[in-house]
Amino acid sequence: MSDPDLDLTLLRLLGPTEPEIGCDECFEQLDRYVDAELAGAAAHALMPGLRAHLAGCPACAEEHESLRALLELGAHG
Amino acid sequence: MTVSAAGCRPAPERLDAASREWLRELRGSGAAREEAVVRLHALLLRAARFEVGRRRQALPQLRSGELDELAQEAADDAAVSVLRRLDDFRGESRFTTWAYKFALLEASVKVRRRAWRDREVTLEPETWSQFEHPAPGPDWNAERAAVLAAIQEGIRTALTPHQRRVLVALALNGVPIDVLAERLGTTRGALYKTLHDARRKLRAHLQEHGLTEDW
Repeated sequence: MSDPDLDLTLLRLLGPTEPEIGCDECFEQLDRYVDAELAGAAAHALMPGLRAHLAGCPACAEEHESLRALLELGAHG
Repeated sequence: MTVSAAGCRPAPERLDAASREWLRELRGSGAAREEAVVRLHALLLRAARFEVGRRRQALPQLRSGELDELAQEAADDAAVSVLRRLDDFRGESRFTTWAYKFALLEASVKVRRRAWRDREVTLEPETWSQFEHPAPGPDWNAERAAVLAAIQEGIRTALTPHQRRVLVALALNGVPIDVLAERLGTTRGALYKTLHDARRKLRAHLQEHGLTEDW
């Protein structure tokens, strides 16, 4: 296991250091968070704990990336 | 958030015009509602196909038709969720953003579960030899070694058996949380709570040993 791999493993084992919300709350807030991000607002300040959760939960992080990517394609309409 | 006096529905003046129109049509009746439901499904299918396309490398055995079936199933399930939860939309985002997240969730969960359908999920913490014997790299130092040793000890001694199984499966063996939730008959939220509690115990264990995370 190389050092970068070890860093990632340690992050997965210990999780984020900041207070975080859970998966259900993350799902409830995700649309507002991404719309705020794309509007250039400080989304993490509006919804404390969501960014930390995304750092600790690979599944929610994937869905955040996908929603953001989809909207960046101009998918509203 | 501004809510109407009638309940938790967002006050119409807080909604953008397109979101207001979606809600009006989906809460309506007759042919206009049916047409809106068809448009909603098409919107959700676009998102589900987008997600399945992004994750298709996880399913190399599936042909394009099978991948599209997966997206169709995700869009169908998402449409049911969106229509059932219409009153939960609080107008804090655009309606389409809110609806898309249901399709992306359904599609991503289906892709993860399909990718692991024929794979065994090992729940016993006997498969972490890779973590137990890391190869020291250029950033290796004594504190890092001490942190690793303390984590290994913490996993063995500070966690409950359930916490240990969940932590090892999710954090060390790379089992997707939705796959583990399905195998254990629980939910993503409940499993993440277990993971969170296990991580908190491990951090406390490190602190008891005077170790910081500045490795």
